[in-house]
Amino acid sequence: MLDDHQKQMAVDVRDLKRCFRGKTALNEINLQIPRGTIQGLVGLNGAGKTTLIRHLIGSLKAESGQVRVLGQNPVADPEQALKQIGYMTEEDSLPKWMRVRELIDFCRAIYPTWDDHYASKLSEMFSLSPNIKLSTLSKGQRARAGLLAAIAHRPLLLILDEPSSGLDPIARSDILEAVIRTISEDGRTVLFSSHLLDEVDRVCDHITLLHHGKIIDTLRPEDRGGRFQELTVRGGESWSPPASDHRCFGWRKSGEEWSVIYSVQAEQSPPDFENAMVIERSSVSLQRWFEGRVSHEDSASSDETLNLGEPS
Amino acid sequence: MRIQINPEGVPIYQQIADQVRYRIVSKQLIVGDELPSIRCLAQTIRVNPNTVAKAYRELENEGFLEKRRTKGTFVAQQMTELTLQQRTSLITPQIDAIIAYGSRLGLSPPQLVDLIQSRERAMQDKASTKREEI
Repeated sequence: MLDDHQKQMAVDVRDLKRCFRGKTALNEINLQIPRGTIQGLVGLNGAGKTTLIRHLIGSLKAESGQVRVLGQNPVADPEQALKQIGYMTEEDSLPKWMRVRELIDFCRAIYPTWDDHYASKLSEMFSLSPNIKLSTLSKGQRARAGLLAAIAHRPLLLILDEPSSGLDPIARSDILEAVIRTISEDGRTVLFSSHLLDEVDRVCDHITLLHHGKIIDTLRPEDRGGRFQELTVRGGESWSPPASDHRCFGWRKSGEEWSVIYSVQAEQSPPDFENAMVIERSSVSLQRWFEGRVSHEDSASSDETLNLGEPS
Repeated sequence: MRIQINPEGVPIYQQIADQVRYRIVSKQLIVGDELPSIRCLAQTIRVNPNTVAKAYRELENEGFLEKRRTKGTFVAQQMTELTLQQRTSLITPQIDAIIAYGSRLGLSPPQLVDLIQSRERAMQDKASTKREEI
């Protein structure tokens, strides 16, 4: 039986772990995506985003841990699971020998919920003529065809795996609009994986940062201003900043000034630095947060390795 | 409605709220004007509908907007006359920024006040020469 919590979650991943040839690709992944929200997934290349997504669409089986998508285990009945999911990847994975019309006929046959009216509205909006072969379309047009195939059955869950990479600004904007439209329609859920952080910042309710196969932070864009500040610090020529910690991380030098991300703590006063002065506070962009968080994680893990080497 | 979003740090709901507020204060939007629906604005400026909703909610709490059930969101009546306190609180952030910047440049608040007055005179002079030219 499903409990209420699981019913409200479009995606519920618990303690997911995955190795490839002995190398850990995903570790201790816990991710809950409530229905009706847009979840962003960000991380460097190779962080594990696509591996995680492949577990959700049933093409990889959880090594340990549990994966539930729309209340079901996607591996148990992948065909059934995929009927309720719309999926689009950066790879040009459409069968290029098909014509647009054939692609639409094909999708109509697979998806019981295919909406012909919506499909023709989308082809008109994207100027996709039915007789044209996918192989002769531009990359942007092919992405629009892929988008049409992913959303015209009005999926309960739309998964976009770096849909915008390498696309022109207008194609990207069409994709964003489709994401927003999908979510505006009662209770549908979107998982949006992307390197384009300003797009993620615009559309997502929650943003999860994946690094070396682990979730290292989750952020609501609207809380960014309240949770973090960027401080500009001026020390002398020979001044060097303290080590990153959970409160102040992601030090970056620019001439004689340093910038750092400060995690705002409700009851604590803002930090002081020895022999240096905070000369400015400003809001943190998602890009800056991302870089700071990743570099802090890398320095923390290299410290661990060092500490292992010297008995204390 | 044209809303510009820039990715430089300020949370997006705040950018939307600031721009709508400015339009109301500068009378580009007047009492009774209807705002685009949350869904519609979200789609045109390509942001999450919850973000637009949050911006509208903030403006409602401040008294700039009012939601009429099932009809939409409108510029609120009570904002025709901003109270002195409301007007003061709108300009406070800019004043704080001027004080901070001034102190870094070695200018005291009384000096800044003098400066504001002399700028105001200069602007008036300019305006009157322009009028004479016409």
